[in-house]
Amino acid sequence: MRRYRWLGAVLAVVAMTAAACGEGDDDGTVSPGGGQSSDTTLARPTFPGGTTMANLQSRGRIVVGVKYDQPGLGQRNPTNNRVEGFDVEIAKLIALGIFGGSPNDIESKIEFREATTPNREVFIENGTVDMVVATYTINDARKQRIDFAGPYYIAGQDIMVKRDNNRIRGVNDLAGTKTCSVRNSTPARNIQERVPQADLTLFDQYSDCVQALRDGRVESVTTDNSILLGFVAASPNEFKIVGNKFTDEPYGIGVRRGDDAFRNFINDRLEAIYASGEWARAFEATLGRLGIPVPTPPRVDRYTSGGAGATTTTAPGGATTTTTVAATTSTTRA
Amino acid sequence: MSVVFDNLDVFLEGMRRTLELSVLSFAIAMVLGTIVAGFRVSPVPPLRWAGTTYVELVRNTPLLVLMFIMVFGFPSIGLTYSYYVSAIIVLSAYTGTFVSETVRSGINAVSTGQAEAARAIGLTFPQTLSLVVMPQALRTVVAPLGGIFIALLKNSSLAVAINVPELTSAAEDIGTATASFIPAYLGAAAAYLMLTVPSGFAVAWIERKVAIKR
Repeated sequence: MRRYRWLGAVLAVVAMTAAACGEGDDDGTVSPGGGQSSDTTLARPTFPGGTTMANLQSRGRIVVGVKYDQPGLGQRNPTNNRVEGFDVEIAKLIALGIFGGSPNDIESKIEFREATTPNREVFIENGTVDMVVATYTINDARKQRIDFAGPYYIAGQDIMVKRDNNRIRGVNDLAGTKTCSVRNSTPARNIQERVPQADLTLFDQYSDCVQALRDGRVESVTTDNSILLGFVAASPNEFKIVGNKFTDEPYGIGVRRGDDAFRNFINDRLEAIYASGEWARAFEATLGRLGIPVPTPPRVDRYTSGGAGATTTTAPGGATTTTTVAATTSTTRA
Repeated sequence: MSVVFDNLDVFLEGMRRTLELSVLSFAIAMVLGTIVAGFRVSPVPPLRWAGTTYVELVRNTPLLVLMFIMVFGFPSIGLTYSYYVSAIIVLSAYTGTFVSETVRSGINAVSTGQAEAARAIGLTFPQTLSLVVMPQALRTVVAPLGGIFIALLKNSSLAVAINVPELTSAAEDIGTATASFIPAYLGAAAAYLMLTVPSGFAVAWIERKVAIKR
């Protein structure tokens, strides 16, 4: 009898150990190909009732507008219908801050909708989406209709050359260089102003410029790096981005105008993922793969929204500082 | 309309480029089209086939597509010309097909008795064509050739797609720079009229000049 009792004790210990290991496995599973996702599990945070975060939590999912056609930022993968890219990763990290849980299954709480350039403001205004993370350049005209958290990335005009070209390293190297862009476009005007000595070839479409680059008729193509990314993604062995942008296009996260609590939450969350390195890992796994070196995260611009009744006096360039965060949550809006 | 007068130099430069493109291309197209028309009525089957193939291929392809093939396709088989030369080649080749068909119809309008008489006195086919048939054929097609020139003048606006600026693109540039497109395009329309209306008069004058007094 004594022998059996001893055996029972051993079995109990083994069973408990197994159970503990099992739990550990559930928490710590690293999905293959999950890339940057860390194996930490966030506790489900609590939010004051009535805030967008609390509402989303009780609804159990968030609807996010992303681009479906922008390589590296938001692109739908036709083989598995998942959207991939830096914007998507940012949306996931923000959702993680709302719902908690593991980065590996946060996607089950997100419903992605295709946001196109003209429909983004409309989607936010009529509540089709809860937020938009879609190569959304922050500007004052858009702030009249929606509000921006962020920026979480500063895009800008860059230069694409053939992979073996090491001569062109920045905009100043374009002097006397055959450079292609689109007629009457802002990127073309930027070059004419900054490097008047550049030998510009102007077509109606960037794809024509890419062909001219391929044929050796021009040495470089210049426009926003988000557009160049698409061409590099399509022909990574042929082209590369110089990676020395010379204009600033701050990408922000669009939310409903006047929802300062949500905007502040996203800004806090962005600063948290800057500090934790999750932002950099997300960048590395998406835009980094297309050859863009990981930059330092941009400074979040906590401007005063005009949506809560106050008049907007935000100076471009993010002069508004990160003070009085808690106070702004008291602003009322129907 | 001050947009137009403030940028008159840009417009005039655009007009000059359009006229230059059109006149050069038309001169080449006339030579090419007349030769191809000769091919198409010649007694040598391979020449007829070559002429027909060229006309049907080039005439039935949109001009813009031809320009893209010239600039983005041909370099891959080792044929790279400057954008300007490419534009001239494409405009000439395209217009040449219409010239060829027009001249051919002129040739067919010359009564067969003329060619038979020429052969009866011992002229060869090239001699018959160049000395007897063509001089009469071309006279009858002056008016449609004038129409082809005017079409070419306007077709040349597509050259901007291959980095050859001209009148239409000048108007676009001014419109974009000043954010007033309607005056800029009205200016361009007026400028085209200044080129095409005199062309029409010139054609009418040539027609009277070469008419056979019967």
